[in-house]
Amino acid sequence: MNLHKLSSRLCPTVTQKFRHLHIQSSGQQLESVAVETASAEPNPLSVFRTSEQDPAYHSERQSGQYYTFPPAHIQKLFPHGLPPRFQLQIKTFNEGCVMVRPPALELISYLKRADYSKPPLRYVLYGDTGTGKTLSLCHALHYCYTQGWLIVHIPDAHLWVKNCKELLPSSSRPSRFDQPIQASHWLKNFKITNEHFLSKIKTTQRYVWTKRESTEMGQPLGELVDQGVNRMKSSSDVVGAVLRELRLQAGGITEGEGAFKLAVAVDGVNALWGKTSLKKEDRTLCEPEELTLIHNLRKMMKNNWSGGAILTALSQTGSLFTPRSAYLPNELLGEEGFDHMEPFVPVSVSNYDEKEFESCYLYYLDRNWLQHPHSRSEEGKKELIFLSNKNPSILERLCAFL
Amino acid sequence: MAASSCRGVRSILWKYGSCGKNLCVSRSKTIPQLPVRQICVSSSLWKKNLAAAGPQKFTQEFIDKQVEEFEVGKRHLANMMGEDPETFTQEDIDRSIAYLFPSGLFEKRARPVMKHPEEIFPKQTAIQWDAVGRPFHFLFYTGKQSYYSLLHDVYEKILAIERHQDKMRSKGLFTSDTKQIVLTGSRWLLKEEMEEYLVENVSDQDFMRFVQLMEKLLSMPYCSLEEEFILKFRKQLEVQSSKHEIPALQYDPQGVAFSVAEGRRKTAKATITLRDSGSGNFTINGRNYLHYFPLLQDREQLMFPLHFVGMLSRFDLEGSVEGSGHSAQAGALRLAISRALLSFVSEGEVEKMRQAGLLTADPRIKERKKPGQEGARKKFTWKKR
Repeated sequence: MNLHKLSSRLCPTVTQKFRHLHIQSSGQQLESVAVETASAEPNPLSVFRTSEQDPAYHSERQSGQYYTFPPAHIQKLFPHGLPPRFQLQIKTFNEGCVMVRPPALELISYLKRADYSKPPLRYVLYGDTGTGKTLSLCHALHYCYTQGWLIVHIPDAHLWVKNCKELLPSSSRPSRFDQPIQASHWLKNFKITNEHFLSKIKTTQRYVWTKRESTEMGQPLGELVDQGVNRMKSSSDVVGAVLRELRLQAGGITEGEGAFKLAVAVDGVNALWGKTSLKKEDRTLCEPEELTLIHNLRKMMKNNWSGGAILTALSQTGSLFTPRSAYLPNELLGEEGFDHMEPFVPVSVSNYDEKEFESCYLYYLDRNWLQHPHSRSEEGKKELIFLSNKNPSILERLCAFL
Repeated sequence: MAASSCRGVRSILWKYGSCGKNLCVSRSKTIPQLPVRQICVSSSLWKKNLAAAGPQKFTQEFIDKQVEEFEVGKRHLANMMGEDPETFTQEDIDRSIAYLFPSGLFEKRARPVMKHPEEIFPKQTAIQWDAVGRPFHFLFYTGKQSYYSLLHDVYEKILAIERHQDKMRSKGLFTSDTKQIVLTGSRWLLKEEMEEYLVENVSDQDFMRFVQLMEKLLSMPYCSLEEEFILKFRKQLEVQSSKHEIPALQYDPQGVAFSVAEGRRKTAKATITLRDSGSGNFTINGRNYLHYFPLLQDREQLMFPLHFVGMLSRFDLEGSVEGSGHSAQAGALRLAISRALLSFVSEGEVEKMRQAGLLTADPRIKERKKPGQEGARKKFTWKKR
């Protein structure tokens, strides 16, 4: 994987042509599924698709066009990271295509130009429900992955503050609560994503889990992660330890093998400072501060380390006790969260504009997703615009049964 | 006792003729003490057999007297109201009665009314036979004399037209393209209207027979000779769409045309301002319509009038709505949008919209809960014993 990327940087033109052919062959397999429009084209580029598959080279020229996630990347990078509807779409269309949109491009340009010797910049993607915050985040993450960063991706922080079946009092600290299932699940996914880093990073401290188990200093991170996966009881603490290690070592060594940049991506970051719906044994509500996972994440959000970036997205859909019309950062994060996150770079995500809507519509037509004959006409398109108001998620749900 | 026996006797006497009434009265006055032997009668005799009597018969003198009284009463009323008795119309009468006798009754037909006796007393047939018992009309024994005489007349006219046709043919002046009677915009009288015209019951088959005969008359080339007769049995249809008020088209300071309209559905009231700016923005109660109506069905309701006329992305909508639930609010908005669209759209389109049902206000409201029942229709649990 690394070699491929390296070669692409050295001789871009050759490998782009190589990629062209590669895409063409895979495209032809896919085009045997699609009947009319795509098969007649001699070049695989339709108006809404771009051949540029590397997010590092995406710019305004490709704005509004779809690019494909390579399937290998999807499996590695997003074992749990993509929204469920998008995963269904990948399964249906046999490919994961994401539209290149201005918010994501903005984010990537910031990432390219940031100085990584300084503390990390915090980026907050905000916008109305269904405008594409999570997918923009995934796009930026894909860029980080292709650049070889270490990814810490929490797909939805809301899942950690609600519907937890097992809430154990923490083994290490008396006033905290552990969530073993969520923690071990996350550790498993983390392992899949960052396979190649796990052997390179070493622990800097000795961690004692129980009377008989401990992890010595200088052990590879992989062991730490395995410890958490196997021993569910201490998995939340392992998460905390992992995060701490990564923070300490992120920008520390700038040359040599241990150099890596850390990308912390949290979706639904407003869960960290909102309310939970979990109850303690005496039937009182848990504060988010009392959950180990949340506590550690909050520490991560502080910019007292260097050598990485913090990408976050707000989400009203999964959040508890927030009104449906709230979408601005100060409404969703609350006072505490806002103070904690400040200063941050806000990136606003909005509905599709004309060109993007056109592109999305053509994509669905190409994939034969719009079955109704009326939807192919001008009238049908106008109806779609009206009914969805060019909101991506609503358009997707609308087209699902057309 | 005496009074009751007197009443019983009186009723018997009245049945067989009104001769003995005076005697009865005088007898009761002169000998009140003597016990009169009660003739054994059953109560059914002095209760009137209401069903057998049929509808109440009014004599012609009675009706004439009522008409006279009405005219006099009308002049009195005009004087009371301080208006001119000569030019006092029926509408004035209605207004005055509503003023003098204000009624809170919901049923309009139960309120006090003062109308010409022709409208109040149902039309009745006069006595059909003379003093001997011999009927006047030759078709009396058919049972439906006016109906059959009408059919007879129509057939007479058919024969007359045929004779006319033969005469024209013999002269050599026969042409098929004669003046045709204009029948568009009118319909045949309904069965109820026929019954009212003939003052007797008409069955369905009879009515169909009559209509067939009239059609036959119409099919002949020279039917225009009997145009007046035929038009007596046709009723004009009024053009519905001319009834709608089209809201005025107003202009912004920037020159953008806009119109304002209201709509209602089931306690929900909506007001819409439709602007001809060329974008598809919709704001309802200050919020985006996507937020206000998360349900697809409601947004489809909003889309229907614009989509029907084909002007989906042309308008900018600004609306306020209150009351009832989301579905009723969507319906109210839809009606308001259709009404506002009337000023932007041509006459033919208005008719099409009316036929599509966009301009009709939905009259359905929540049905009243009745006592003795759980709800409007639901009854309490039925127990057999």
